[in-house]
Amino acid sequence: MSGWHTDTLTQLAAGLRARKFSSVELVRALLARIDASQATLNAFISVTREQALSDAAAADRALAAGSAGALTGVPIAHKDIFCTQGVRTTCGSRMLDNFVSPYDATVVARLKAAGAVMLGKTNMDEFAMGSSSETSFYGPVRNPWNPQLVPGGSSGGSAAAVAARLVPGATATDTGGSIRQPAALCGITGIKPTYGRVSRYGMIAFASSLDQGGVLTATAADAALVLREMAGFDANDSTSVDTPVPDYVAALEQPLAGLKVGLLREFFDQGLDAHNEQRVREALKVYEQLGARLTEVSLPNLPLSVPAYYVVAPAECSSNLARFDGVRFGYRCEKPRDLRDLYSRSRGEGFGAEVKRRIMTGTYVLSAGYYDAYYLKAQRVRQLINADFTRAFASVDVLMGPTTPTPAFAIGAKTSDPITMYLNDIYTIGANLAGLPAVSIPCGFVQGLPVGLQIVGPHFSEARVLSAAHAFQRVTDWHTRVPQGYA
Amino acid sequence: MSAWETVIGLEIHAQLATRSKIFSGSATAYGAPPNAQASLVDLGYPGVLPVLNAEAVRMAVKLGLAINARIAGTSVFARKNYFYPDLPKGYQISQYEQPIVAAGALDIVLDDGEVKRIGITRAHLEEDAGKSLHEGLPGVTGIDLNRAGTPLVEIVSEPHLRSAKEAVAYMKKVHTLVRYLEICDGNMQEGSFRCDANVSVRRSGAQQLGTRAEIKNLNSFRFVERAINYEVARQIEILESGGAVVQETRLYDPDRGETRSMRSKEEANDYRYFPDPDLLPVVLDQAFIEQVRATLPELPDQKAARFASQYGLSAYDAGVLTGSRELAAYYEDVVRELPREPKLAANWVMGELAAALNKENLEVGSGRLPAARLAGLLRRICDQTISGKIAKEVFETMWSEGASADAVIDAQGLRQITDTAAIERVIDEVMARNPAQLAEYRAGKDKLFGFFVGQVMKATAGKANPAQLNELLRAKLA
Repeated sequence: MSGWHTDTLTQLAAGLRARKFSSVELVRALLARIDASQATLNAFISVTREQALSDAAAADRALAAGSAGALTGVPIAHKDIFCTQGVRTTCGSRMLDNFVSPYDATVVARLKAAGAVMLGKTNMDEFAMGSSSETSFYGPVRNPWNPQLVPGGSSGGSAAAVAARLVPGATATDTGGSIRQPAALCGITGIKPTYGRVSRYGMIAFASSLDQGGVLTATAADAALVLREMAGFDANDSTSVDTPVPDYVAALEQPLAGLKVGLLREFFDQGLDAHNEQRVREALKVYEQLGARLTEVSLPNLPLSVPAYYVVAPAECSSNLARFDGVRFGYRCEKPRDLRDLYSRSRGEGFGAEVKRRIMTGTYVLSAGYYDAYYLKAQRVRQLINADFTRAFASVDVLMGPTTPTPAFAIGAKTSDPITMYLNDIYTIGANLAGLPAVSIPCGFVQGLPVGLQIVGPHFSEARVLSAAHAFQRVTDWHTRVPQGYA
Repeated sequence: MSAWETVIGLEIHAQLATRSKIFSGSATAYGAPPNAQASLVDLGYPGVLPVLNAEAVRMAVKLGLAINARIAGTSVFARKNYFYPDLPKGYQISQYEQPIVAAGALDIVLDDGEVKRIGITRAHLEEDAGKSLHEGLPGVTGIDLNRAGTPLVEIVSEPHLRSAKEAVAYMKKVHTLVRYLEICDGNMQEGSFRCDANVSVRRSGAQQLGTRAEIKNLNSFRFVERAINYEVARQIEILESGGAVVQETRLYDPDRGETRSMRSKEEANDYRYFPDPDLLPVVLDQAFIEQVRATLPELPDQKAARFASQYGLSAYDAGVLTGSRELAAYYEDVVRELPREPKLAANWVMGELAAALNKENLEVGSGRLPAARLAGLLRRICDQTISGKIAKEVFETMWSEGASADAVIDAQGLRQITDTAAIERVIDEVMARNPAQLAEYRAGKDKLFGFFVGQVMKATAGKANPAQLNELLRAKLA
């Protein structure tokens, strides 16, 4: 039987439950697709074939026994930032090339408990630092819509894998846009939940106050299904929030009519590609036709989000990555002469250029004499941006705008100029600084390349944001488009 | 008056007696094989996160209340960043700008009996580091992370201490307090209670503080005293020879009895403190603080004041007897049996008992001589069954054989002779045997009285009641 791969995750879960096909069959078919794509896309760092087949067989037994969970037998991939017990977890870095995690991240454990079958670990920017998936030690990921282009990042491997229908869903993380930006550039759906909604335990930290796990899928309905299983309080993560997880799937059909949509004036700026803007404006028209009421809102401090982010995120990363010292795990240089040599060569050889750049930036902004001018000021900007959002949500239900300024760009186009690269996250960083849930959904194409619409909601409004995305996907078919060669 | 004034502030690190670590579920017990008590969190594995131990917070609040400090409604954990092999995450989680305990104070008693109030700047929670192992590991350094993540409370004093003696008195006071509060076992050999001393000197009468040196990791009262005295002499010598003290960190070498430079201010780390984004601020409401307050025991100063007034003890004795909760409880157990003899009880607890315990390096709570047993012995002194002198012998036997006073007295036939006729009989014999001394005494040589007492005691094997003997002898000799 063919054509499974174009089924949505929701359809596959239903098909498995109805026993129309087995998990083993499905997993075999998708593993073959992964193998076939790997030379072109490089979406995976590790493929866990044997484990996947044995888990699929177990899932089939559970399905036969009627003891299946919500995702039993459903194949997924994990971004290689999530620790997976007994499986190499590299974070896209030479530093962790030899690191086999002794434990499962909470997200991994929960999806496992829900019955999902992991096919492998996806490629990513090293330590999630990047917007193009080019900084990986394992080579760049390529965009299935055009292999000369980047898939976005840092969750580029997960996004490319879902866009090319190698897996129906993949976990991802978002510190400054790392779920939404690749979702936009690959033409799929991605949700970054509220900070604290999904446990960070076992998710290798980049910037702890901004990192949030989420999921990439073809549709909002799929995202709702997976997120429902991933989310929830975790006693192992002090920043996870102990508030009940609504049934996002059940909430999908809530009516859209009357939804107050704020258009972010600051998002429709000079940096926004005119064609991109056109697709986004067309999508907004669809919302209007569905009964949404559109008003323009302004978040005056939002333009400060990129500089604030590039102080806070490197500061936290410089400290978070101090544990990679060649002492207990990970890369250790050959024949260290003394302790200093062990540190400087292990880290010098184990980390790539972008990671080192951010560690140095972060070390600088936290240094005595600079802390107030950089770190403290950035935190104050963060509070202002937060206040801007709070004010906006007093009058609108959700905010909408573009996810990125442009469609996917060429591999190598921005690697020599970090600032241009950083500006690719200009529309996504605000939600991280304020800890808000946000989705990106495909809303059209520019010269054959997908464009994303971003929907941002107040804290813990995942159900609202997902249902708004779902309403759009009920009347459009952008989310069903599959890149040539992967249909 | 000395030309120099010493100024000392102490940073005391007390290991909190929680069962598990401050940010992980690993056990904190001392002495496990290396790394047997190091979880993934303690090892700083990729992806792991800290979760604050509520018991550590409760203990810090207890300390804060006991020193009359303000408890912070909101305190914040920060990261202190530096690289060292025994520091797995590359940062220590500590409290920096917002500690859990703000300004408080403790009173110490000086040699002349004067009470001096020592200000406490702050006390904050933090995690301990692991340790490096060198013994038996040629060519490499081993890392033991059992201690990594052990909860500490760091108690920072104001620079109010003016001598090594005062510093020791203050440190002992804190030591007593944390043990009263049962928040620290106080074991200094195992490093559960240690301090860093900030020492400087200045011209007497000067207002400005001198440049200080910080002496790290002093883990005995004796070392604190010696290290400070050495350091003070060193600094005065430098200043008197026209030099300048360098701000630096120094280590005390107990074998040589001197402090040595470890690193200068210039070599000091820039710790790049910032709030730990993995931990939420610790928010404590008044109800919680009051709940902790209700668990406070009677504190050492309160107990000493009560002992002095209730039992009529001197301030010194009351201070000694309240030196630990166990000693105070023991004393009160003895007094409960002998309510009319608090001073006799105090003398025996501080004298014979303390000496015996000390000799064998035992704690009062060891159960070697239960309070009721000691009371049994004292009761026999009170009812004149034995004399105080004989009682000391009985005590020795009780201590070594674990017997009751009565059993020892009976077995050894030590009952005091209180029969007037019997004592008189012995006196008569002694007088008859020593006519020359009798004549001398009667001729005015009064100090021969002692000779006759001695003779009677010798004849009765010390069992004659001393008071009776004195009285009868005086009458007979007259």
